[in-house]
Amino acid sequence: MSALELILRAASSLAMLLVLPLLVGQTEHKVMAHMQGRLGPMYAGAYHGWAQLVADGVKFVQKEDLVPAAADKRVFRLAPMLAMVPYLLALAAIPLHPGYAAVEAPASLVFVMAATSIGVLGTLMAGWASANKYALIGALRSAAQLLAYELPMILAVASVALAAGTLSLGGIVEAWSPWWLLWQLPGAFVFLTAAVAELQRPPFDMPIADSEIVFGPYTEYTGLRFALFLLSEYAGIVLFSLLFAVLFLGGWRGPLDDWLGWAWTFGKGFLIALILIWLRVSWPRLREDQLQRLAWLWLIPIALLQLAITAVGVVL
Amino acid sequence: MTSLDITFLATGAVTIAAALLAVTTRQLVHSALWLVLSLGGLAGCYLVLGAELVALVQVLVYVGAVVVLVIFALMLTRAPIGPSAEHSTSRLHRALAAVLGAGVSALLLAVLLPLAGREAVARTPVDSSALAGDLFGTWVWPFEAISLLLLSALIGAFSVSRLAGGQTGGPS
Repeated sequence: MSALELILRAASSLAMLLVLPLLVGQTEHKVMAHMQGRLGPMYAGAYHGWAQLVADGVKFVQKEDLVPAAADKRVFRLAPMLAMVPYLLALAAIPLHPGYAAVEAPASLVFVMAATSIGVLGTLMAGWASANKYALIGALRSAAQLLAYELPMILAVASVALAAGTLSLGGIVEAWSPWWLLWQLPGAFVFLTAAVAELQRPPFDMPIADSEIVFGPYTEYTGLRFALFLLSEYAGIVLFSLLFAVLFLGGWRGPLDDWLGWAWTFGKGFLIALILIWLRVSWPRLREDQLQRLAWLWLIPIALLQLAITAVGVVL
Repeated sequence: MTSLDITFLATGAVTIAAALLAVTTRQLVHSALWLVLSLGGLAGCYLVLGAELVALVQVLVYVGAVVVLVIFALMLTRAPIGPSAEHSTSRLHRALAAVLGAGVSALLLAVLLPLAGREAVARTPVDSSALAGDLFGTWVWPFEAISLLLLSALIGAFSVSRLAGGQTGGPS
């Protein structure tokens, strides 16, 4: 691999991180607004407010970067980067087109799961270092939630890896067949639920419940660092949507996938992102004990059952 | 020195420095965070040596789950910002711990250094299926024994918390 190709790959995955979350964010603004009988942003950029998030970004850059006096300053400053970088790493490993991924690794599925599991640390560090009771409560809730939903997610992903017989995301797409839509359905349900919980979005937004604990771990953040947390949330939506498309919907597979593979991947991913937005608009927030009950009493047994069904299918 | 040598030395140095900081810092949560860096550095060492899957699982299990659990437990109990004096030990204890640590390190080094040899760091890629074959073939009994040990620890923790709960005041 030449240096030029390396730079090109790195730049393209960075561009993906910077552009796709904005696209999802703008879609969320508009879709949510229309579902609620509003118009959403209409002024920035003239045409239906397309530049609203760019304007938001400019606003965030101009704001003062505050660090609370009692905070642990170094950890406080480091936390947003730690929340952000894992998603950048994970996005780079998603295959978009036959033979095309920014990073090609034989065990890219494990790589993506390992990278996303680091993201929790950023939230925990933010909550602890803020020296704020709401932030600490939020961080505790988020740690409990992420630990509880990590297990069903890994089990659901393991079922797909078992079905495909490989740990490489590209290999999984190669092995995918439409029959998987039924065969892996319980796993897909578990994965989607766990993904929403990992992203801490409604109905699983107990950690940042704005009506109880201000904004959870991110309460004390302002300006660019706050924007980094928001960006990492939307990058997470992009990542999990694309991952769902790759694992359960066959990624680039579809008519004319030699030319249009990338369009299939993005199209399926965008559909999942729309579902995530839809969930946010239509469900009330789950209470902490309901969250934990759902994870331990429903999702984990379903995921284990899926693993057993997959194993039977593979052996037969 | 090859570039692989330099990378290995760098990740090793980061691992050791972070490990030392983890045990010497006076701030509880910082200690856990240095542990993250140390375990991550170890994953880097594995990666340099070609054991990709082991490195990724190291990150997934140790950084993503174990340390998060440690930090969670710290935050549940008491983790003030800044140095905490009440968790500090006496000079004598510190000196004893340092001697013990140095002794164990010296013992390990005495065994391992003669094995290391002088040739350059070699990258030997490990196939995932070969690893799985070893783990669930050759080493399956130790693997199962560890899972039994963890299970009994889990049951023990449950019974301890249940018994303690019964004494202080009814089931919650």
